[in-house]
Amino acid sequence: MSTPALELSGLKKSFGKAEIIRGIDLSIGKSERHAIIGPNGAGKSTLFNLITARFPATSGTVKLHGEDLAGLQPFQINRKGLSRSFQITNIFPAMTVFENVRCALLWAQGYKYSFWNLVNRKRDLTEGAEAVLEQINLTARRNLPAGTLSYAEQRALEIGITIAGGADVIMLDEPTAGMSHSETDYITDLILKVTEGKTLIMVEHDMGVVFGLADRISVLVYGEVIATGKPEDVRGDPKVQEAYLGAALEAEH
Amino acid sequence: MTQTDNKSDVRGARPKEQITTPHGDARARMRAGSMTLTFAPWIIATVLLAVLPFIFQNNSSITIMNQMWITVIFALAYNMLLGQGGMLSFGHAVYAGVGGFACMHIMNASDFFAALPLPVLPVFGGLFGMGLAMIVGSFSTRSAGTVFAMISLGVGELIAACSVIIVAFFGGEEGVSGDRTYAMPFFGTEFLQQIEVYYLISGWVLISAALMYLWSRTPVGRMANAVRDNPERAEFLGYSARWVRFYNFVASGFFAGVAGGLFAINYEILTEENLNTASSGVILLVTFLGGVGFFFGPILGAIAFTLLQTVLSLQTELWAFYAGVLFVATVMFFPGGFAGLLMMHVPVFRLGKAKTLIMPYVKTLMPAAIGVLGVSALVEMTFHLRHAAMGDNEMTLFWTTFDSHAILPWAIAIAVTAVALGITRATAPALRAAWNDANTAGGAS
Repeated sequence: MSTPALELSGLKKSFGKAEIIRGIDLSIGKSERHAIIGPNGAGKSTLFNLITARFPATSGTVKLHGEDLAGLQPFQINRKGLSRSFQITNIFPAMTVFENVRCALLWAQGYKYSFWNLVNRKRDLTEGAEAVLEQINLTARRNLPAGTLSYAEQRALEIGITIAGGADVIMLDEPTAGMSHSETDYITDLILKVTEGKTLIMVEHDMGVVFGLADRISVLVYGEVIATGKPEDVRGDPKVQEAYLGAALEAEH
Repeated sequence: MTQTDNKSDVRGARPKEQITTPHGDARARMRAGSMTLTFAPWIIATVLLAVLPFIFQNNSSITIMNQMWITVIFALAYNMLLGQGGMLSFGHAVYAGVGGFACMHIMNASDFFAALPLPVLPVFGGLFGMGLAMIVGSFSTRSAGTVFAMISLGVGELIAACSVIIVAFFGGEEGVSGDRTYAMPFFGTEFLQQIEVYYLISGWVLISAALMYLWSRTPVGRMANAVRDNPERAEFLGYSARWVRFYNFVASGFFAGVAGGLFAINYEILTEENLNTASSGVILLVTFLGGVGFFFGPILGAIAFTLLQTVLSLQTELWAFYAGVLFVATVMFFPGGFAGLLMMHVPVFRLGKAKTLIMPYVKTLMPAAIGVLGVSALVEMTFHLRHAAMGDNEMTLFWTTFDSHAILPWAIAIAVTAVALGITRATAPALRAAWNDANTAGGAS
């Protein structure tokens, strides 16, 4: 068996006395689409923040392609090929849509902190950014300040920024939160399209999206994974039904 | 290794781009068009710089312009921090000052200086400013915001205090002076005259402004904007916000040092005044007045402020008061500065409605200007009343001489001011309506 793309073992996080993440062991294979679901306050976003070093973990390890990420800063983790989006839209609102995407390409294309390259003169940057815009259907919005886009477009841009660098592990935090049905369908298609052949880890509330996208699902309740497996197995798991899914499914039907 | 992987990923996503070939042509054409557009301001600036001394020929004008262009470089350097990088510094004069002092010492190192053409000297000022910025930036750029501002203030005070402690470098209270003419002649020029110095400074203004502009187009310059707007997102794109700030801080220190070096050449003396907190405050004021949101903003600020400082200060002792009022008014009513005010009009011109604004502007701004002059007349009269020597009742204001202790001049000044401000107030709603109309597409005319 090859090394998993992402491997968590014994991951814990406490804020003061409150244990938010209570020991998570999870292994996500290469090119797998993995959804993390669970009721509000289960610690899904916190788990994301632990993996990407936005918060330090209290104990446990995170391994990306078998490499321990302990002690690394968010930007160092990003350089290793892990990219994430945020639950609350996190873009550069004052910059144009094009520039948002181009900023996301700079490091990945090896420009680093250089001051001897002019970004406007670099065809690979311009074309790369335009290709991403094409992918996320925002070519028409190219020169608008990102802050003026509609909510769904901003979410699409958020995904565009996340995938632009060509990271092979993509983490999306509630990509469809607060969207209408048609917008949700649009984003779901977009995610399918742009994560082709990549490892996707996604927090999501919308069960339609989850069952449509995910190869495997983990259910997180009170900081613990109570079930991991194929969608149909998880759906049938009595523990899951009791804790979460039952209620959600009942609400849906 | 991920680097190359990423690259190939992006390349891998390329097949789509076959359709962008016609696009590419359009882009090339656009680029050619924008080329002339991008070069136009630089050509105009070059011509202006070359021609100005023929229009303003007397020595004092040239002195003022020298000071102006030095301030332009310094303000642009400062805006690399404030506008581009979102770093508010209260101690940026130290980088200019240290660069200037270094140049003074080079001037006094006769053997070395005799082998150095004078126009090269500011490079050394830049290098010293940059060196200091590297040391200070290594710890001050960890975060932006209040922490950065406080460290900059502390370091500024610290180095200003050093000027009386490290007398060997800062020359104590009398400062360090030198003679620029000992440099190696530059194509026969020994820089004996102000006008020669003027062209030296003008050349440096163009070079520095162009380099700073180009810097804002490089990856590290673009990321400065990104870090300013959203440091956290920048970190999740692979950039360390701290290092982005550091590189921009160091570059800003370099150009501040260049400004300091030019100051040394122009005045041939540097004192503690060049690096104290007051000077740091002035450059913040200049930059903000001009507008931090646009590259050319600080240039306008430097020109306006230098004029206030030199021309207005000949007219009134209270020039700093007016400068202060102007600054407060800028912060409160037009935070985009002069550049912001100008650029506000771009959409109006795009809509072709600029003409509709002329009359409302005249109707409101004329009385407003008179009102402002009236208020300043009252301020001047109060100042004269309180501070003139006993028995000196006569004062001259707006080419009129009158008795500041008499009732009549006061009555006239108050009446004019009140009427002018009244008219301004009455016509302001019409201006606002015209402005809204001019900014709306479609013909409401």
